[in-house]
Amino acid sequence: MASQIVSAFGAVIAGVFGCALYYWLSDKLLQIVLPVRSGDVQRISANLKTHAAIRPWLFLGPALLLMIVYLVYPVIATFILSFYDRSGGNFVGLANYWWAATDAQFRQSIFNNILWLAVVPAACTFFGLVIAVLTDRIWWGNIAKSLIFMPMAISFVGASVIWKFIYEYRGADGTQIGLLNAIVQFFGGDPQVWIAMPIWNNFFLMVILIWIQTGFAMVILSAALRGIPEETIEAAVIDGANGWQIFWKIMVPQIWGTIAVVWTTITILVLKVFDIVLTMTNGQWNTMVLANLMFDWMFRGGGDSGRSAVIALVIMAAVTPIMIWNIRQASEDRGGH
Amino acid sequence: MTAAITLRRIGLPRLIVHLSVLVICILWLIPTIGILVTSLREPGQIASSGWWTAFSGAAETSAARLGEPSTARQDGPNYVISGSVFDAADAGPKGSVRAFGTKVAAPTEFSAGEAADIGDGETLTVNEDGSYTFTKNAPFTDKRGKRVYLSVAQPASFTLDNYRTVLTSQGIGQAFINSLTVAIPATIIPILISAFAAYALSWMHFPGRAIIIAVVVGLIVVPLQMSLIPLLKMYNEIGAFFGIASRSYVGIWLAHAAFGMPLAIYLLRNYIAGLPKEVIESARVDGASDFEIFVRIVLPLSFPALASFSIFQFLWTWNDLLVAMVFLGTGKDQLVLTGALNALLGSMGGKWEILTASAFITIIVPIIVFFALQRYLVRGLLAGSVKGG
Repeated sequence: MASQIVSAFGAVIAGVFGCALYYWLSDKLLQIVLPVRSGDVQRISANLKTHAAIRPWLFLGPALLLMIVYLVYPVIATFILSFYDRSGGNFVGLANYWWAATDAQFRQSIFNNILWLAVVPAACTFFGLVIAVLTDRIWWGNIAKSLIFMPMAISFVGASVIWKFIYEYRGADGTQIGLLNAIVQFFGGDPQVWIAMPIWNNFFLMVILIWIQTGFAMVILSAALRGIPEETIEAAVIDGANGWQIFWKIMVPQIWGTIAVVWTTITILVLKVFDIVLTMTNGQWNTMVLANLMFDWMFRGGGDSGRSAVIALVIMAAVTPIMIWNIRQASEDRGGH
Repeated sequence: MTAAITLRRIGLPRLIVHLSVLVICILWLIPTIGILVTSLREPGQIASSGWWTAFSGAAETSAARLGEPSTARQDGPNYVISGSVFDAADAGPKGSVRAFGTKVAAPTEFSAGEAADIGDGETLTVNEDGSYTFTKNAPFTDKRGKRVYLSVAQPASFTLDNYRTVLTSQGIGQAFINSLTVAIPATIIPILISAFAAYALSWMHFPGRAIIIAVVVGLIVVPLQMSLIPLLKMYNEIGAFFGIASRSYVGIWLAHAAFGMPLAIYLLRNYIAGLPKEVIESARVDGASDFEIFVRIVLPLSFPALASFSIFQFLWTWNDLLVAMVFLGTGKDQLVLTGALNALLGSMGGKWEILTASAFITIIVPIIVFFALQRYLVRGLLAGSVKGG
């Protein structure tokens, strides 16, 4: 154990320092090759100009390299691989796409993903908004917010164990140690194997993500609610609006932009949902989703890169509108100097 | 009276707000409390009773054999065997008897102290303290003592044994170190790299800057799934070419760094571009190079943004399962905590003492980070999601 810790620590130090060393050395090298501290004025001025041209790329270099190797190139390569067979060696045209269009499990995954997309972002945003409004009015609101926000720190796998324990089923005669079945039994119902009930089990898995993500929606929406000008609400009160009307007609319209951001952020997360399904059911009992199906095909029977590439592309296609929207927004308010 | 006055002062709607927030908080906390409590209970108790009974003590079912017929004494027309169910050689753990029965399927048929008519003219009473009286209106004919089943209340007891077990024999200790080895460099490296890039994208002039910014924003949402297949192939080829393991810590550090890079650059650029122009201009006039400006001025000033992102990245790398499964492998000594927990779910399903203790070890580090640095986390979230935040 001790040697393991030492070697881990060594790896940490080496990795971090190796990285810092690059920036330091590359700058030193620039100073030595093109000196600006001494020599004649013309030379210095020319060197300074070269510095200004080279430096941005020294600073950006590692970031660009990483993003090109790990993100840009793979996107292109995945697209190309989708037209090749399982090993990526032979061109098969649209065969993989045709397979996807006719495969029952693929259709099941699409259906489940749509179900997740319909429920989770809406539920998180709704609960987040309600909790944000409620907690803003009480003195211990910040403590309550912390507690509801806390699951965000928990891994999907950890959350899955937590909820699997709640859904635990122990035979019809046994003592139910799962909270949900104990409650059902207390009210006279029959204990169920919740995660093996097709269609409904999807919702039991969604509860986990909602439990994790509601805090995120709450934090962001609560900040947006605080940004609403006091006067608009006062004016509504004077006009005789009740709490309900103020909420729906005055507050919600003013934070539409933030609601959209929360909604799209959770939508992207839902499209990539993987860990929860893997640990809870591994796609059994009709709970398969695209990310898990893709992972499955990456390794199933030695791996089929063509088919899993097609599945990845479907996920990519789903996030593309959001991506274009983001780029447009970002170019509109470009800061910088 | 006073309660009514207080109620009027608070107002009923106000009280409803307090109550509903309280209910929501409890709902949100119960799942986590459930595994925390369970991880501290004895395995036998976990399997026999719900964790919510842990504080009131649990009922355990055990069996005991009553005294042999030869010990019977005559009492008027009846024959009586008496003693304590806890004196038998095969007796279960001591405690207070809540109920008993004569069939294994129904150990709680009769409650303690009740005189149970069990047929054949036999009457059995088992008291809470374990003493029993077994009476028959004729001589006992069985050769051995009668077997009874008991529901014995155990006092609430908690133990750290489950944690000891998972840390030493279930590979969780090793996985904990692996997780740290992955998460710490995978947090620091991208911050360093993205901070330099963010500075270049906000304070340096060069052709193509606008395009790079647009691409970075676009890359934020690219799903990880798009990268996995080509990268897996590439890692395998590099491994084969150099004759080294294709799955290594360096490999996963770089993968995590790259996947977190677009968001990091975006968040840090938003912050660094907003630093006061005068400070950086005057440093330039004083002859400081961009490298010096960055290290001496920009880095210290950007501390809040760096802290925000590092918390994100740490939580993300610590909690990640997919990247670790693909780039670090699933061998027993390469598993990170999430992977180890996932493996245990497969092999130890139903052994909740192992699963809950492992899960708690997995989530405790991020929860500590969360509560200690919540301020920065919220700030980062707002900067990333709310325009102008």
